[in-house]
Amino acid sequence: MILGRVIGTITSTINHPFYDAKKMLVVERIDAAGAPLSDYVIAIDTVDAGTGDRVFVLDEGNGARQVFASEDAPVRSVIVGIVDVVTAQ
Amino acid sequence: MLLGRVVGTVVPCVVYEGLEGVPMLMVQPLDKKGAPKGVPLVAADSTRMAGPGEFVYYEGGREAALALDPWFVPVDHTIIGIVDTHQTVPGDGT
Repeated sequence: MILGRVIGTITSTINHPFYDAKKMLVVERIDAAGAPLSDYVIAIDTVDAGTGDRVFVLDEGNGARQVFASEDAPVRSVIVGIVDVVTAQ
Repeated sequence: MLLGRVVGTVVPCVVYEGLEGVPMLMVQPLDKKGAPKGVPLVAADSTRMAGPGEFVYYEGGREAALALDPWFVPVDHTIIGIVDTHQTVPGDGT
């Protein structure tokens, strides 16, 4: 999983049917101290996260499909937790 | 998934079995602010409605093919949807 911060939202009307009524958030990757890294990912939210929240994102297909109990959903990135504290050496 | 801008169309004359009729588009990957980043790639279009100039989001890797029907096809980037609105917080330090 990757650590990130929600920096925005995406909406769309024309999309793959799986994405109907799914909440999509833009998540930038951050390091353990909270500093932004250059990359980002658009992920489906399953935990009611919002802009500014630190989250962790599952970025792997099999696990993501398991979250949605589907065998053929075209999904890879899912927000699966909101972070309270990160401690790193 | 990542953001992209459709910058062109690709019309193949011969395709692998299962890819007949699937629209192929040139997509310029974008960074989190919507600025171009990296080199354009060819993506299948699962919406069948995207066209040049459109702001889209696309999936990469194994899951890209799952958006298509039939899904067992050799595809590694697929446009999943067309972006209506894209909001990011200002001044996030980058």
